[in-house]
Amino acid sequence: MDGAPPIEVRGLVKRYGEIVAVDNVDLTVEAGDVYGYLGPNGAGKTTSLRMMLGLIRPTAGHVRLFGRDPLQGAKALEGVAGFVEAPQFYPYLNGRRNLELLAAYDGGGARDRVDQALATVELSGRAGDRVGGYSHGMRQRLGIAAALLRAPKLMLLDEPATGLDPAGMRDMRLLIRRLADEGMTVLLSSHLLPEVEELCNRVAIVRSGKIVYEGAIADLKRGAGATYRLSTTDDERALAVARAQAGLTDVKVDSHGYISFSADAAAAAELSQALIEAGALIKLLAPETVTLEDLFFSLTEGDAPASPDGPAQAKAAVPT
Amino acid sequence: MNPGVATVYRWELRKLRYQKRTYLGLGLSVIVPIIFVAAVSFRNGGPHDVAFGDYIDRSGLAIPLVILLFGAIWMFPLITALVAGDIVASEDHNGTLKTILTRSLDRGQIFTGKALAATTYAIVAILLDGAVAIVAGTLKSGFNPLQSLSGTIVSAPKALELVIVSLLVYLIPILAIVCIGLLLSTVTHNSAASIVGTLGFSLIIQLIGILPGAGSLQPYLLSTQFNAWQGLLRTPTDWAPIIRAAWVCSLYGLPALAAAYVVFLRRDVAGG
Repeated sequence: MDGAPPIEVRGLVKRYGEIVAVDNVDLTVEAGDVYGYLGPNGAGKTTSLRMMLGLIRPTAGHVRLFGRDPLQGAKALEGVAGFVEAPQFYPYLNGRRNLELLAAYDGGGARDRVDQALATVELSGRAGDRVGGYSHGMRQRLGIAAALLRAPKLMLLDEPATGLDPAGMRDMRLLIRRLADEGMTVLLSSHLLPEVEELCNRVAIVRSGKIVYEGAIADLKRGAGATYRLSTTDDERALAVARAQAGLTDVKVDSHGYISFSADAAAAAELSQALIEAGALIKLLAPETVTLEDLFFSLTEGDAPASPDGPAQAKAAVPT
Repeated sequence: MNPGVATVYRWELRKLRYQKRTYLGLGLSVIVPIIFVAAVSFRNGGPHDVAFGDYIDRSGLAIPLVILLFGAIWMFPLITALVAGDIVASEDHNGTLKTILTRSLDRGQIFTGKALAATTYAIVAILLDGAVAIVAGTLKSGFNPLQSLSGTIVSAPKALELVIVSLLVYLIPILAIVCIGLLLSTVTHNSAASIVGTLGFSLIIQLIGILPGAGSLQPYLLSTQFNAWQGLLRTPTDWAPIIRAAWVCSLYGLPALAAAYVVFLRRDVAGG
């Protein structure tokens, strides 16, 4: 279907008896997105990905990939590739033979892409070795190569950097960046928040099977507001000035003895003027960068999940 | 070229060539007739209590037939189950089901390719066993005429033809075992469980056959169908047991195959 988004998930539920692994998930991945799918272990990320690839049947709701239902068979996966959990191969076949098998199952020109895919993931030199002898990192890379055989427009990757050494993680990040730059839409499930922050433009944060935030990372951060740290020659007076100042919220002394508050840049500038006038000379006034990690923990570790209505709700849960 | 059942079938056969269990099964098929011929050479005759047992010193063509009789108890069901019971479950074991089910083939095509490969292996195993038994038997006792179960003498070339057709008739219950192995392989997700289960099923059916009062069930037991080929060795040929083997084995095999197909199509692939 022309114009249909690469991934559209509506009301997706997966129940195993009493346990609700995925609870009414809605998300949309648009063409060109590098979409982060974030959540702690057991949040239902992998189960969602399996439903997106048609490996398991939803209890309720549906998935559409470019407008097609993955339960309708292989045709629905046209232009889609990826893996869930660790990619797995036949251990008694070598790397190249595994890719040849998958290329045969893909048809089209996949057979001609085997060499290029091996080269892309830097496995050409080990392609003749049995996969049974591969390290975890090599299997991850072979998983990417297997996905590339399909020349996909959409790639779903489940924790692709898990278990890799720092160099392997960097290479994986560069590879995903490159694929995204070439125009591929990527859904990346990950624990590695700095990685998601670096690579992704949009995220869904999932907790206990529910989406607690879906949208642009920039919106999430903007919604969270900026937190400032302040130190002056007279902190007692400065605290009183800050509390009286319009545009500042949550003014307090933090555990390091600094005054902290939330404000936008204009209100912070006005405060500096007021402090000088009050005779409290500024030693330090610095915005604290809110990382995705801060937001992630605030959304996934509170008592109750925030309602999935977007940044406004996310803001309420952000620590200041 | 668009991938299809033939693609899966070709790759399944190629995968079988790389797995030890394939050679274990085919090795048994080759070695058992050789050991059997060696054993009867030392014993000087016998076994006397089975059909054709008295003729193995007079015609080498009696030897494959005696092996068919003995093999029905557990050897051929085991050889068949080694691959049929493993061909889906090994994908669960290796976690590769998710790998192949996210390509451009439908689940039905993958299952059909696998079923055809398991069937091909079983046919190769039985025919290989027969070929080795014919050669080893002929080397031991010569290419001589054979006495049929009706007492008539059959010329050596005609007896060879009957042995070959007997092997083909023997494949009817073997194919039912393939279907049962496929079902257990699909349902249990575990190679060992499905191989042992298939063999166990075959043994239990035989035990039912020797229960007192089970005589009326005898014609409908899977184990009985392993003797259907004996109809060929009568004069005139008795087709009744062969025709019965065809429909009785269908009743065992086809529901198992259909159930395996449906389960494979609908199951959640949650492991790996």
